[in-house]
Amino acid sequence: MPNCQHLEKVCSKLEQYEQYRKFKAYCLKILALGNDSLEKTIAIAVALCLVCAVLVSLAAVALKPLQVSNKELDMKTNILDVAGLLEANSDVEKVFATQIEAKLVDLDTGEYVEGDANAYDQRKAAKDPAQSVAIPKEKDIAHIRVKAKLAKVYLVKDGNAIKSIILPINGYGLWSTLYGFLALDADGQTVQSINFYDQAETPGLGGEVVNPKWRALWKGKKVYAESDQPSLEKGLIDEADKGEPALSLIKGTVDTSKPGSQYQVDGLAGASLTSTGVTNLVRYWMSKEGFATYLTKVRVTEKKS
Amino acid sequence: MSEILNDETKKVLVEPLVTNNPITLQVLGICSALAVTSQMSTSLIMALALTLVTACSSAAISAIRNHIPSSIRIIVQMTIIASLVIVVDQLLKAFAYDVSKQLSVFVGLIITNCIVMGRAEAYAMKNPPLESFMDGIGNGAGYSLILITVAFFRETLGSGKLLGIEVFKLTKDGGWYDPNGLMLLPPSAFFIIGLIIWGVRQWKPNQREAVEFKIMPIAHGEGGHH
Repeated sequence: MPNCQHLEKVCSKLEQYEQYRKFKAYCLKILALGNDSLEKTIAIAVALCLVCAVLVSLAAVALKPLQVSNKELDMKTNILDVAGLLEANSDVEKVFATQIEAKLVDLDTGEYVEGDANAYDQRKAAKDPAQSVAIPKEKDIAHIRVKAKLAKVYLVKDGNAIKSIILPINGYGLWSTLYGFLALDADGQTVQSINFYDQAETPGLGGEVVNPKWRALWKGKKVYAESDQPSLEKGLIDEADKGEPALSLIKGTVDTSKPGSQYQVDGLAGASLTSTGVTNLVRYWMSKEGFATYLTKVRVTEKKS
Repeated sequence: MSEILNDETKKVLVEPLVTNNPITLQVLGICSALAVTSQMSTSLIMALALTLVTACSSAAISAIRNHIPSSIRIIVQMTIIASLVIVVDQLLKAFAYDVSKQLSVFVGLIITNCIVMGRAEAYAMKNPPLESFMDGIGNGAGYSLILITVAFFRETLGSGKLLGIEVFKLTKDGGWYDPNGLMLLPPSAFFIIGLIIWGVRQWKPNQREAVEFKIMPIAHGEGGHH
């Protein structure tokens, strides 16, 4: 075995140093002690902790670059997916770099803010008191308690005209906070797609928020009420005044022949609480607390151009 | 190979599959069996991760078993198990990101999985590393067997799929099968594991536990309201 010989060589070299000889003698002495002696107990505990700590830190440090790139790639895949640009076998990095533009938006004023949008992490910012604001309880229908002052939106452009606006949304469902993206047309009113990339709802019930068939139901739905929407009998939450976010999930299947069906999406079967959560988080982020101010400004600039 | 597969290692490899199964006989590791079995893919990864951790931790603990002070032996075992689990979790995050996202906290919970600790305490503390390693593999395989069986029923009956591939066409997609929502919730695993245990003990009556005490009929005068 060549390895052993190699090891022996290293050992014989180490023998030249006095510290090593002392260390070795101490180790042998410890190992020869009775298992229940205090000195051995402490020595074994320290040695074990050292070995385990080195093992864990090595794994964490060595694998970190891979993990970070996995996470970024996953996020980009999700954004391309919601933008409808994700195709099998396409190079996610390349498509993302050429088609998607990240921008920072001040939620209060609805204006774009200068800054390195690509490096900004909205989820981290929401946890940082300096970069976030607490949401007053009566307004916190999405149950998220805090929001970042700046939101990171993604734009898909065709020349100068906006093709889609991708907005980050989050809110509480049944078990977990759902994180996702909502893609809107340039009118800031028509839904293109929705995509939840991080959630831990019941698989098969609330977890169906990731089901492509259900997500496809969102296409073409309208966010803001174009006239007053009275409460409908079967709905979960329906009432909305003109200009307010009206989009909601209803119990059962949407009857497209009825008025107001453009603001309704089928609820998730067997998951009323997740459905209510999704309605609330969409309504929250589409309200003035969220992106309403920004979307109004986008509509104005889009009309001008 | 003949050196590795002696009588003892064969025994510790095969016995945990049915005759000494960690879930059905020892009733260990039930918690994660409930949590991850709603889908076959997560169950497979969980089974693999647990087998790996049990085998490696048993081998490591067994290698230093003669020098573990008895007063801190559980903590020593936990430290070794926890370190291995963290390494497995990091590896999954680096090389199987999607799976690690689905398993989320459950990989971390392998640390508290009773099978790992149970095997360390019951076998690895008294036996040499190779045998302990095989014992870990065997018990991991026994756990995997039950996990895969439970996941098979839960995913097919609960969502009409197996490994994400459609088996029964669901009514909501225009098919005939109306999925059983209960199968997707953790309690259904209780029923399935219960049925498996019943089946195994019917097949091998020596696994039945002796009745520890008999409930006495109510004695005269104790029966409450007359």
